[in-house]
Amino acid sequence: MNTATTMLEQSINLTISPRLAKNIRRNIKERIIEFMLMLAALSAVFTTLSIVGVLLYESLSFFKTVSVVDFFTDTQWTPLFEDAHYGILPLVSGTLTTSAVALAVTIPIGTIAAIYLSEFASHKTREIVKPILELLVGVPTIVFGYFALLFLTPILQKIFPDLPGFNMLSAGIVMGIMIVPYIASVAEDAMRAVPMSMREGSYAMGATRFQTAVRVVTPAAISGIVAAYILGISRAVGETMVVAVAAGQQPIVSFNPMESAATITAFIVQVAMGDLPHGSIGYQSIFAAGLVLLMMTLCFNILGHMLRKKYHERY
Amino acid sequence: MIKPTTPIKAESRNLNFFYNGGNHALKSVSMPLYENKITALIGPSGCGKSTFLRCFNRMHDLYPGNKYQGEIVMHPDNTNILEQGVDPIEVRMRISMVFQKPNPFPKSIYENVAYGLRVRGENNKRMLDDKVEEALKGAALWNEAKDRLQDLAFNLSGGQQQRLCIARALATDPEIMLFDEPTSALDPIATANIEELMSELKQKLTILVVTHNMQQAARVSDYTAYMYLGELMEYDDTNTIFTRPSRKETEDYITGKFG
Amino acid sequence: MMSTNMTTETPPAPASALKNLGEVRAMIKRHKLNDYMFSLIGLLALTLALLTLLTLFTDLVMDGYQRFNMEFLTEFPSRRAAHAGLLSAWVGSALVMLVTFLVAVPMGVAAGLYLEEYAPKNWFSDLIEINVTNLAGVPSIVYGLLALGLFVYILDLGQSILTAGLTLGLLILPIVIVSTRESIRAIPIAIREAAYAVGATKWQVVYDHVLKYSYGGILTGVIIGMARALGETAPIITIGALTFIAFLPPTPVTDVAPFINFEWLSSGFTVLPIQMFNWLSRPDHAFHINAAATGAIIIVVTLLMNGTAIYLRYKIRKNIKW
Repeated sequence: MNTATTMLEQSINLTISPRLAKNIRRNIKERIIEFMLMLAALSAVFTTLSIVGVLLYESLSFFKTVSVVDFFTDTQWTPLFEDAHYGILPLVSGTLTTSAVALAVTIPIGTIAAIYLSEFASHKTREIVKPILELLVGVPTIVFGYFALLFLTPILQKIFPDLPGFNMLSAGIVMGIMIVPYIASVAEDAMRAVPMSMREGSYAMGATRFQTAVRVVTPAAISGIVAAYILGISRAVGETMVVAVAAGQQPIVSFNPMESAATITAFIVQVAMGDLPHGSIGYQSIFAAGLVLLMMTLCFNILGHMLRKKYHERY
Repeated sequence: MIKPTTPIKAESRNLNFFYNGGNHALKSVSMPLYENKITALIGPSGCGKSTFLRCFNRMHDLYPGNKYQGEIVMHPDNTNILEQGVDPIEVRMRISMVFQKPNPFPKSIYENVAYGLRVRGENNKRMLDDKVEEALKGAALWNEAKDRLQDLAFNLSGGQQQRLCIARALATDPEIMLFDEPTSALDPIATANIEELMSELKQKLTILVVTHNMQQAARVSDYTAYMYLGELMEYDDTNTIFTRPSRKETEDYITGKFG
Repeated sequence: MMSTNMTTETPPAPASALKNLGEVRAMIKRHKLNDYMFSLIGLLALTLALLTLLTLFTDLVMDGYQRFNMEFLTEFPSRRAAHAGLLSAWVGSALVMLVTFLVAVPMGVAAGLYLEEYAPKNWFSDLIEINVTNLAGVPSIVYGLLALGLFVYILDLGQSILTAGLTLGLLILPIVIVSTRESIRAIPIAIREAAYAVGATKWQVVYDHVLKYSYGGILTGVIIGMARALGETAPIITIGALTFIAFLPPTPVTDVAPFINFEWLSSGFTVLPIQMFNWLSRPDHAFHINAAATGAIIIVVTLLMNGTAIYLRYKIRKNIKW
């Protein structure tokens, strides 16, 4: 036994020892690679930290000049005027109004399209339409801004002669149509995830397609469908170009879509287009506005993903 | 042997079935279902017994490309339920089904049982209450469920869920009830409950059951059909099939030499 | 109607079942009407969504067709709308995209590899995963603010091609990471085991097998991400790049040694969607024509890119061998 081990050791020493040395090199190389890959993965954490860090840093300087109470209660937002006011409410109201119009358009159309696609359309139709929906999700939003300003607004002005050239209605409607493919696609995924056995159970009771879709499949997929809505809301709230082009730039507290008003995003664009000196209160104000925007979308996103996870766990 | 006076509730005549893609799954199957009797379908997996069962409520219509040939005639009105003009929904309102795995809807216990009635446009609360109670009693679930009718159906145990699905199928007073391996996902005690239930149910309606389990077929059924590779090999009363099968293949399957 | 070949006597029908049959049929008819109506409404909703794109595109082409000529691509922006062109914009877009690609692809693929192949399943990988998911939902303008605060001022990179490329690179990073992970996950564990069994190290397995076999899926994600970057406007405006650019950045390749230079990275620039926004926000309608033509070009390019990606993914799904 003992001799055998010694012999084995000897033979290893004789023949494998150079490769053992190589082994260490190999291990080091593997470790370095793993470390570099980890650094790359950490870039996501780094990005998040940078976003939060930059927004907080500039916002803190901003809140040295402006009280937090004023920020959330003042109804005027005029950081670029002599008599400067820094109330975020006008921008929030503009954001919420355009988003509400968008949702009023997108939720009915998106849901109906999803139900149709999942429960009524033939396999072939679905195979063709699904990729087109994905294509539509990728159309740049600036193009939709053009559409809102120069196509839809003139049409709406024929219906409502008092409608200003920049208005939240047109921007909201176009934003809504823009989000339809996304909502339809995500909601349809949720409905397809409902097991076939549940549909069969319903059909076996003599239910029609419509009854099965509305009474069984939709309730079964409801958390996924709501998740689609919420992720859609988050998109509407964070959307920039459509509102920057078509909704106008007056920061007023108004929930009337027929008026022209600025959103948080449109305000940031407006300031960035001007030539504000770095470090001025106006410059800092866009970071404070951005922080509010990030918080709003973050809440929606977390809620949406939690709901999505819930239905993933169930089936 | 089969008493010629027993009334027939439904019968298949030269039934052929082709899946999308051309797979010839049923080959000229002709077989009666006697009224208020339990007929069991046995055979190795893939023999077409589930396919045959699912012809009775036109379940295959849900998937494109499937094709029936031949007839399934329901008595006493002599309707060929496979005929083009007959709406599968009408068929399913007369013939209900219980599935292999319990498949309750994501609704309350009450709404699960009431589903078939609601689908028929029934919204009268008194009527629904009565029917739900009757069906739950019929499915031997009333005592366990009566205090938690508004609970989500998913909170029931597997055996309870399957009885709930039976109650759901029962609530609409079907003429025939189809059971597609109803106990394959259940433990022995739940299985015994379901079998007992089936024997009681046949007072009221006609039952066709697919089973993997030959003891089960022997225990619950009055008539048994042995299927193999899409063909009906032998059909007789259960006693005869299990004691004196006329074909060698049936005997081999029953005695476990193959399958 | 049907062959009635009754051999067995049947008892009189249970009255209820048959009397009701007429009623039942009428009811089914009513219910089926709902089916048809919903089919119609559903088709309408779907067509509305699909037709919008068609209308949008037709509108752009109709408004902008006058500018579809070579001059539009070879002229600089100008105060005279009819002679203004996209030269600086498309060159700028190309250079920014190059930087974006160089940032997002190596980093995104590496991160995806780490998360799928290396990362232990613990709080650490959860943390990264949550980060990636949340980053995908951060509005693009917030990336602009990050770039403005961090790249433009703290790192003092200015309103340059490098800043824009880095910003868009970070923006599409989640897309690349997610698509990398998804295509890696599709590779069966048996392939890895086979490679390990012949003595490969972890990196050899990852590089020679995992990466090679998931190449198509990763490419799909990269193309979709690049298309997104091409059309992004808000973050680039936010870094303050909306200026009049009537020059080209220094060329990356020169005829004197060392033949490449990096001056272009710090050059000012404009990109296609910015140029479109610029023209669109002018009151003079003549510039709107230019905006429409630019929009049509952007749509065609992004649709082509996304279409390629979707087709690629479809092919991969069809060709999966395991």
